[in-house]
Amino acid sequence: MPLMELKNVCTFYGNIQALRDISLSVEEGEIVTLIGANGAGKSTTLMSICGITSIRSGQILLDGEDISHLSPHKIVSRGLSQVPEGRRIFPQLTVLENLDMGAFLRDDKELVKIDLDEVFEIFPRLAERRNQPGGTLSGGEQQMLAISRALMARPRILLLDEPSLGLAPIIVHNIFEIIKRINTERKTTIFLVEQNANMALKIANKGYVLQNGVIKMADSAEKLLQNAEVRKAYLGL
Amino acid sequence: MDYFLKLFLSGTAKGSIYALIALGYTMVYGIVQLINFAHGEVYMIGGFVALIVGGFFFTLGLPVPLVLLLSIIASVIFSSAFGFTIERLAYKPLRSKTRLSALISAIGISIVLQNFVLLAQTEKYLSFPSYLPELPFLLPVREYINSTQLIILATTSVIMVALTLLIKFTRMGKSMRATAQDKHMAQLVGVNINQVISVTFVIGSALAAVGGVLICSYMGQINYYIGFIAGIKAFVAAVLGGIGSIPGAVLGSFILGWTESLGTGYISSDYEDAYAFIILILILIIKPDGILGKNQKQKV
Repeated sequence: MPLMELKNVCTFYGNIQALRDISLSVEEGEIVTLIGANGAGKSTTLMSICGITSIRSGQILLDGEDISHLSPHKIVSRGLSQVPEGRRIFPQLTVLENLDMGAFLRDDKELVKIDLDEVFEIFPRLAERRNQPGGTLSGGEQQMLAISRALMARPRILLLDEPSLGLAPIIVHNIFEIIKRINTERKTTIFLVEQNANMALKIANKGYVLQNGVIKMADSAEKLLQNAEVRKAYLGL
Repeated sequence: MDYFLKLFLSGTAKGSIYALIALGYTMVYGIVQLINFAHGEVYMIGGFVALIVGGFFFTLGLPVPLVLLLSIIASVIFSSAFGFTIERLAYKPLRSKTRLSALISAIGISIVLQNFVLLAQTEKYLSFPSYLPELPFLLPVREYINSTQLIILATTSVIMVALTLLIKFTRMGKSMRATAQDKHMAQLVGVNINQVISVTFVIGSALAAVGGVLICSYMGQINYYIGFIAGIKAFVAAVLGGIGSIPGAVLGSFILGWTESLGTGYISSDYEDAYAFIILILILIIKPDGILGKNQKQKV
């Protein structure tokens, strides 16, 4: 049974349909990527999964159980954690308080402490700036903080929405390496939404191509990287 | 100098009561970006509950401090229940609509509650017994500050410190701050924002209720309309300090209290209620964000 599965999900904004019959599945331990252009519905997919945007029809299953009508905090408590588009750092909370908010639903204080040390080990920059308000960090640092905040929840599945957006190429490279590392070392399942198809497909096991709210292609990441259509439309080759 | 000190202290006492009400405005605004115009009515209802409950216990012959305590508890419970219910009935269903809808709903609730009390009680000013005891040690300085003022100051100081600690250090406080800064993100880390919003309304209403009891004891009278003027003044104080900012609301309230007190003493008491509006106009012209208002610029 897949860890997470979407079955014929349709989402509307008013009368405008943003997602049409989206079906996809993510197995435990995988990195699955959803690629697509601006406005294809990538963020809507994530917001639908997390319950922020309610879906009109279809099912979202976590461990085979429908979570599509739960409120967002209940969904999070089932082990789903999101790094939203644009980082969404709490600007007036310090780095430490932001990380603390990530562990909001946990009551295993000692393990939280261990995770905090681990996060500081992955991102030493954050440790240096732990008492600085989140809003004063640079874009790259904010992205690190957003990922760390999500990790602090010790999620079973981590959802990432365009972690490369607006970052310098060298930092993008760094971020993707860390995503890969989180997957291999912590065994966290990852669902990665990206415009940067090249980078995303290189670290993923499986990919889906989203176009105007419809899944156009689904295949292993390797095959998608070789696919002529994908190469032309998303890799600029 | 004596005269100034006297005015200053009475302004401080007044300002601290405004602060109790202004905190409710600013906290609610911080969380849901709504000017809760029914907030003044919650405060007025707090006063009426204290009048009724206090009167009941008074006739039973209980000692004055106990009567005060019981009536504060009763009005806090009542007002909190009102605050909670108002949010659920009048604001929550409109949360996804434009901000104007909830604002109009707030004005509607305010009118309904005023008229409810008008019909249920009376349109006359009722005399409000002073539940605040005389403190003998204040006798030598009573010219400057009387027991009522000191009790008001002490009560509000304790409440404000408690509120600050709550917001700074508790789990609920953290979720309130997170919700105020980014509602969706707060949900994404697992905050139940419906609960946070309800708690915010309850806390704001409880503070207003305490303010209601204190100011009615201080003024010695109550009327169904007192919530309107007090609400407007506390709103001015909150805007002056920077709406959404908690220290701002407290600062704005003291400035308003002092201005009113000094203005009344040195210029004319005829304009007592006008000073607040003069301040409002000035702040809107000079610094619309308020003194401690956060600049809305964001780094992307």
